[in-house]
Amino acid sequence: MDSPLRFRDDEPVADPAVTVDAFAAQTNATAVRIEPGDDARALLPHLARIALVEVEFNSFGDGRGYSSARILREHGYTGELRAVGEVLLDQLSHLRRCGFDSFAPQAPIDRAAAERAFATWPQVYQKTVDGRTPIWALRHG
Amino acid sequence: MYKYDTYDQAMVDARVAEFRDQTARRMAGDLTEDQFKPLRLKNGLYLQLHAYMLRVAVPYGTLSGTQMRMLGRIADKYDRGYGHFTTRQNIQYNWIKLDEAPDILADLATVEMHAIQTSGNCIRNISSDHYAGAAADELVDPRPYAELLRQWSSFHPEFDYLPRKFKIAVIASETDRAAMKLHDIGIRIVRNETGELGAAFYVGGGMGRTPMIAPLVRGFVPLDQLIHYAEACLRVYNRYGRRDNKYKARIKILVHELGLAEYTRQVEEEFAQMSALGLEPPTAELDRIAGMFADPAFETGLSDQIDRSDPDFAVWLDQNTHAHKITGYAIATISLKPLGGIPGDASAEQIAVMADLAERYSFDECRVTHAQNIVLPHVRKADLFAVWQALDAAGLASANLDLVSDIIACPGLDYCSLANARSIPVAQKIAQRFSDLGRQRELGELKLKISGCINACGHHHAGHIGVLGVDRKGTENYQLLLGGSEGADTSLGKITGPGFDEDGIVDAIEKATDVYLARRDSGERFLDTYRRIGVEPFKEAIYG
Repeated sequence: MDSPLRFRDDEPVADPAVTVDAFAAQTNATAVRIEPGDDARALLPHLARIALVEVEFNSFGDGRGYSSARILREHGYTGELRAVGEVLLDQLSHLRRCGFDSFAPQAPIDRAAAERAFATWPQVYQKTVDGRTPIWALRHG
Repeated sequence: MYKYDTYDQAMVDARVAEFRDQTARRMAGDLTEDQFKPLRLKNGLYLQLHAYMLRVAVPYGTLSGTQMRMLGRIADKYDRGYGHFTTRQNIQYNWIKLDEAPDILADLATVEMHAIQTSGNCIRNISSDHYAGAAADELVDPRPYAELLRQWSSFHPEFDYLPRKFKIAVIASETDRAAMKLHDIGIRIVRNETGELGAAFYVGGGMGRTPMIAPLVRGFVPLDQLIHYAEACLRVYNRYGRRDNKYKARIKILVHELGLAEYTRQVEEEFAQMSALGLEPPTAELDRIAGMFADPAFETGLSDQIDRSDPDFAVWLDQNTHAHKITGYAIATISLKPLGGIPGDASAEQIAVMADLAERYSFDECRVTHAQNIVLPHVRKADLFAVWQALDAAGLASANLDLVSDIIACPGLDYCSLANARSIPVAQKIAQRFSDLGRQRELGELKLKISGCINACGHHHAGHIGVLGVDRKGTENYQLLLGGSEGADTSLGKITGPGFDEDGIVDAIEKATDVYLARRDSGERFLDTYRRIGVEPFKEAIYG
């Protein structure tokens, strides 16, 4: 696989990602992979030692990964959050809004196209975890 | 009415640009049809039996004259001169070319309209009471809350790939004119003991193949927590709604399988966590929106007198107008159910006439109803005769509101790729059988709803009389349901027995109405008599 598209400045994590079930037992693991059916909240006790979370999209139509990502960010996770699998260009802006900052799509997407996708929305209606100021806050300064 | 500011306009314009780019990439082969399908659906574009169909959003069913006129222009310019108003208060065009779809969206954007999320597995257009702001029985106008929810749900990044579609309705009166409890989330604005306004959340209703009436999840959500309560309801669904079977993927199945108590517990837990995140718009935002729904400049001291000397006008007046909250005004409903017509259809010229009437006589406002009619919400009683004359000249003066010929019907097998049977010809035959208006009025309120397949777009479960078209060994077959209702007394109709062919279903309906006429007590509607005497006398008459 091509190296992931990363939008963060730190060094990539070299460790292989382990499953959510294995992660709790492997106290030296720093990278974990969330499958669509996994409960992201199971990772909350371990956030301090996690440097990379991969969220698997088996199908682009399965939106559970968006909630998983947002939950992790809402609880203060600051490490790398990577969308893996069937990740398509037209999903990137929403994925970014839910806290993903790294992408490993099955079919490669080039960096310039990804950056254009992030810029799809001039403003946003919702407060999420990407730090963007929602329109309602802009209206009421 | 709500007016876009530069932010709202920029968002809709961005959507047009995004969809234009997606369409170009599809036509160049850069997107597969599988990849393009959810993208076009989120812009209301379906591939039907004969052509693309475009569904345009009419948020909470409210339109200005300018917007209505644009809908007519689009029918003229891009379709075959017709638009079809739907049970979700939207409008559909049945003969659209893919390469013109981005231009249509651009035209819509010039009048603050769009087709955002009118299909796909996302939060759909928010519906509401078509008499909002005019009805005498409402607590407040529900539309500001619907608009707040519209903005929140537009391009919501977490909820764009839900297990299945998601429909929200907001009302604020005891009388439910929006089938609120048959939505994924139904919200009723209520007042608590201390006089504060809040939202009662009903979650997990719906029609389709497994009809369910939504149970109450929380009786009072303070209005400054409305958005993140909705967010909590959605997140639990996005995470745990079934994705293994399309037919079990609606939230009603999740609520049913988890049980109301467990679903509620999970929502409350999520809600508690979200409360610290600052997700809720400030009350100033709700105030800003509500300010745009303030009453128009109603005249005071108007007379309630109406000249009834024209008998045809008097019939229309009695049947198609409704009490307004202000003395001297009335709510007038334009029936889109003429004899022999297609329920919900209007020609480009008729749409233009309705736009003119809205501008001239109804403070520049009209509404689409979920019963596929159009409402002029604020008409001076003194102007009703002139309105009626203009409607009559345009073939829009059918005086059949809520009568047996005011039929809700889905597009059926004439257009829809999902349908098993045709709906429109059945609706036309029923209307023909009961064509005498005196006979219809004798039968009184009788809500008849027809779906051409089990997906129930024609709301057959909620009809006093419902008709469900199915495919039986390659031939169209129609099942009869009795006893459904979408009002405050929401109930689901029950199938009477074996189905019928196209003529047989019309006969069966006529026999059911004969039973009603023979057995009714004074003042009873068809539904009341059915509820009192039960299905057996009807079965005897129909199958005996």
